[in-house]
Amino acid sequence: MEKLTDLRRKLKELFDKQSIGVLSTQKRNRPYASLVAFAVTDDFKSFVFATPRTTRKYSNIMASSRAALLIDNRSNKLSDFRRAMAVTVVGTVRELRKSRKSRLIQLYTGKHSHLEDFIKSPTCAVLCLEAETLHIVDRFQHVVELHLNK
Amino acid sequence: MKFIYHLSQIKRSDQKLVGGKASALAIMAQEKLPIPKTICISTNVYNIFMDETGLRAQVLMEYHRKRFDQMRWEEIWDCSLRIQNMFARAPIPSTLFEPLSEEIASLFDKRAVAVRSSAIGEDSASASFAGLHESYLNVKGPEEVLEHIKLVWASTWSDGAILYRKEIGLQVEKSCMAVLVQELVQGQESGVIFGRSPVDQSKAVIEAVYGLNQGLVDGTVEPDRWMIDRDSGRIVSHTPARRTKAIVSASRGVKSINLSAEKRNKPPLTRHKVKQLFIIEKRLAKLFGSDQDVEWTYDNSRLRLLQSRPITAIDKDEKTDDRKWYLSLRPSFDNLVSLRTNIENEIIPAMVLEAESLKRIDFKRMTNQELATEISRRADICEKWKKQYWDFCIPFAHGIRLFGVVYNKTVKPENPYEFLELLAGTTLKSVKRNEKLQRLANKLKEDKSLRELVQSGKLPEDSKFSDEVTALAEELGTPLSGMISSSQLRARMLELIIEMSETGHVRKQQKGRSKSSLEKRYLASMPKSNHAFALQLMDLARASYRLRDDDNIYLGQIDRLLLDAVQEARNRSVVVSSMPLDISRTDEVAKCLRNPNYRPERRKSKPVEVRDKQVMPRQLVGQPAGAGLATGRARVIRKTEDLFAFKKGEVLVCDAIDPNMTFVVPLASAIVERRGGMLIHGAIIAREYGLPCVTGVPDADKIISTGHQITVDGYLGIVTINRNSV
Repeated sequence: MEKLTDLRRKLKELFDKQSIGVLSTQKRNRPYASLVAFAVTDDFKSFVFATPRTTRKYSNIMASSRAALLIDNRSNKLSDFRRAMAVTVVGTVRELRKSRKSRLIQLYTGKHSHLEDFIKSPTCAVLCLEAETLHIVDRFQHVVELHLNK
Repeated sequence: MKFIYHLSQIKRSDQKLVGGKASALAIMAQEKLPIPKTICISTNVYNIFMDETGLRAQVLMEYHRKRFDQMRWEEIWDCSLRIQNMFARAPIPSTLFEPLSEEIASLFDKRAVAVRSSAIGEDSASASFAGLHESYLNVKGPEEVLEHIKLVWASTWSDGAILYRKEIGLQVEKSCMAVLVQELVQGQESGVIFGRSPVDQSKAVIEAVYGLNQGLVDGTVEPDRWMIDRDSGRIVSHTPARRTKAIVSASRGVKSINLSAEKRNKPPLTRHKVKQLFIIEKRLAKLFGSDQDVEWTYDNSRLRLLQSRPITAIDKDEKTDDRKWYLSLRPSFDNLVSLRTNIENEIIPAMVLEAESLKRIDFKRMTNQELATEISRRADICEKWKKQYWDFCIPFAHGIRLFGVVYNKTVKPENPYEFLELLAGTTLKSVKRNEKLQRLANKLKEDKSLRELVQSGKLPEDSKFSDEVTALAEELGTPLSGMISSSQLRARMLELIIEMSETGHVRKQQKGRSKSSLEKRYLASMPKSNHAFALQLMDLARASYRLRDDDNIYLGQIDRLLLDAVQEARNRSVVVSSMPLDISRTDEVAKCLRNPNYRPERRKSKPVEVRDKQVMPRQLVGQPAGAGLATGRARVIRKTEDLFAFKKGEVLVCDAIDPNMTFVVPLASAIVERRGGMLIHGAIIAREYGLPCVTGVPDADKIISTGHQITVDGYLGIVTINRNSV
């Protein structure tokens, strides 16, 4: 049986190694997916990302705050079927107030220092996906859920 | 890229392309030792075949379906069967077929050849792989040779080879195989030389049989044995065999023949030939720098060397490990036939007699001392039958596997378990018992007044229906019968019968082809000359399939009779009654009866593993063991009593199904089991009832709880837990 401590260790390793995930949003029944650079808090409850306000994903989030973020470590090789791990984070997105003191923004710029100027732009929004459930898939078909609010 | 190497072309540095066996033969041929004409199909060909057919990806997907450390041996066998069937079905791409068949035709035409493995790492001092990969004798014509090359490649993935590679730390994923095609020498005497005896290092051993070597190597023909002093070369002893038969070439493959009276009375080797072989081994040991294990044959007194490999380091760890036991469970057809005779004619009738004689004993009149003696005696009886079960019944289950391997090699079916359709429906004892249960349920369905009587709990104990229920409860032999009174047991049985009567259950018809058309297909896949053997093998496999379930029921009856005596002790002793009804604690029960002051040690129960509430397994992966898809409420069977709470349409979830538990299966919509394998009882009974079944789900009974809504995908071997039900 999967132990919470083991699972958390595996997740932390994945989130530390990966910097980009696939964000899924939708508006009026039109789904959309886009790559975003993310950073995550140690409790896996807050996934931070940034986007210009002119993008389709921002527009979708403004219309429907429910979203999913896929983070995985596939290498596009055959061995992915046994080695790759994919986590789908499901939750609600909220926009963060841009403040230098913001712990979440510091977390983000700490991981992606090259995006510091990008997020300073007044047209760029910094968002946080407040995670409720993490769906973890490994070994092709083995699926476990981590419910953060239980 | 070179596909074919002649022995004269192989350099020592080519070992990774030609494998250990070919490399050794090349060295011997280059030293002008007498080697039959041999070529080697390099690992380049294996690799191209794996990539061009897409088999590499398929094999790795199958191999990594589950974590290896979570797989039981039976699951490894299943995994191997599925992989080997992939090889059998994949055609050799024309880019390989054309150049290979041209070369094979030009070298051997339609003459008989042997097709042998030469795996990388095989036949080295640290790993011999002896007997783990396949060899085929008397194969004729390029097409047949190529087909057999594929079968040798497939044997890279035999269960034994997978386990061996794991054990010696080779990466199974990177396995590849070269193949030798060798002119078949129709030797009249053949055998092996073992340069150093494993039991006495000062001696060499020579074993010899009449005919081809195969009988000696697979253990079906007993060899004559000579021990030779390694220093002086003197023959120290000769142990003659009971010479009865020999393996010789048939029109295709090989066959066993009886020896003539003359050969029965004459050793296959003269002293001169024994000495000649010993000298050859000495020469080979010098050539390779270590003592050798050599296969040879004499063709009209002309010696030919078939292979030579270093003697593998003798296992320093003397402990008997389970893998060795498992690998020993591969008896030949002849051994299986004699196992069957023994089980059907001796073991089962004796078990039935034993149970009947135990039933006649009235221990109510016994003193405590006498009861203690009776309990110890029954515990010994149980042990005796368990040993017989392990020694004879478990190895006999290999009959199913042997049939599966032959069926898949010849028929090459899309579904690697198609052969089981020919074995199922052979009226298992547990199915017959369930039919009786269903007949009682049907009576209730048809007779409203009887049904009302039963439901109101007013069924007279002396009624015919009540007697039938009691008799069936006895027959079920559930350990529960020792824990509750017979009237309580009858009440539980009645509840179950009412449940069955409300909906009933119809055994689903086997989907797909009928048995007779499958049988025709099986026979059509081989030459007519093999039909008699094919039918004998199928009959043997059917008996093996039936007995795999039935022998457990007989064993269960004997266990129950021990528990009956323990129950009597519980009725008499307060100390015993506070102990769990456990077959492993009968010693303590007997001690309590003999000495009223004896207090058994309290055993600590295993701490219950608490599941983290935040972590919820959603999709569990096991082995597909019964095709179909079903969703239902889980009923987890942790103790026998849980069986009686079973409701129609529930999914039976348990650690390991025992045939004594399968009476609830007609009510189930699917089966999920922790223990894995296609031939375990859960899978067998699921197939009988056409139920979706997934086995080998790690921790199934701990992760799933009664009440969870689960979906069982018996096609893919996946169990999904519906989150809303958790």
